[in-house]
Amino acid sequence: MVKYFFSQTDIKSSWEHVFSAFWQKYPNPFSKHVLTEDVVFREVTPDNTLISRRLLTKTNHLPRWAEKIFPSNLSRSVFVIEDSIVDPKNKTLTTFSWNINHTRLMVVEERCVYSMSQEKQAWSLAKREAWISSGVFGFSRAIQEFGLARFKSNQAKAMRGLDYALSILHGDGPSRPLKASAKDVAEKSKETKLAASAKNLASAASPQKSNQFV
Amino acid sequence: MNSVGEGCTELKREYDQCFNRWFAEKFLKGDRSGDPCIEMFKNYQQCVQKAIKEKDIPIEGVEFMGPNKEKPGS
Repeated sequence: MVKYFFSQTDIKSSWEHVFSAFWQKYPNPFSKHVLTEDVVFREVTPDNTLISRRLLTKTNHLPRWAEKIFPSNLSRSVFVIEDSIVDPKNKTLTTFSWNINHTRLMVVEERCVYSMSQEKQAWSLAKREAWISSGVFGFSRAIQEFGLARFKSNQAKAMRGLDYALSILHGDGPSRPLKASAKDVAEKSKETKLAASAKNLASAASPQKSNQFV
Repeated sequence: MNSVGEGCTELKREYDQCFNRWFAEKFLKGDRSGDPCIEMFKNYQQCVQKAIKEKDIPIEGVEFMGPNKEKPGS
């Protein structure tokens, strides 16, 4: 069972600025959960696209109920691979990222395509998709709900982080308010509800099962 | 931003600076003249690949965008 997430956002910056900001995202005030960032492979292809691989390590914040059930996952960071292709001719940046550890607990795969906006050439479009799955028997629904809630929260942080990097490049203020807007507050309460329902699902699961799958 | 290899952060910073300039001023503009960051990249990679092996981070042999192949619309 897989949870699918899709979103599309306008970015009020040119595609060139967005692509540059992509490489200068870290660190930013919204990326405290990202511990390290490294480019581990990079090449210009014969058709003049840039392919790169970034290795990121991120903290693995689990809700309290999950920490009790999966104590071995507590201290170890998550390793995420992010592969990307920059195509300056077609003005697209395509990224695909996924975690390569803690995979028995949960796998989060994300594909993003950044491109020049069709309606306004001075703007860009960000299309994001994610697939969240968990293979842990008896808990997968709860973990997936939690995973989706955390992903949405991280996704919002990622957009803020990119905006921040763009504003540094531009030399003016960020286009999105740093303080939470009414929409953000509504999103946050939806996430809290999702996280709460995940917690309920977990406590409803039989306690005996947890010993088998730690 | 820190590198996963504690001693590699300076080399990473040097390389990143070179890359960001080349990326915006040359690559995105279709300028195919040589890559001025090759040496810096080599030094940085020597350091970080060693750290990755030491920390047992399993990136060896992972196919580029591997999991994307089975996704719809890829």
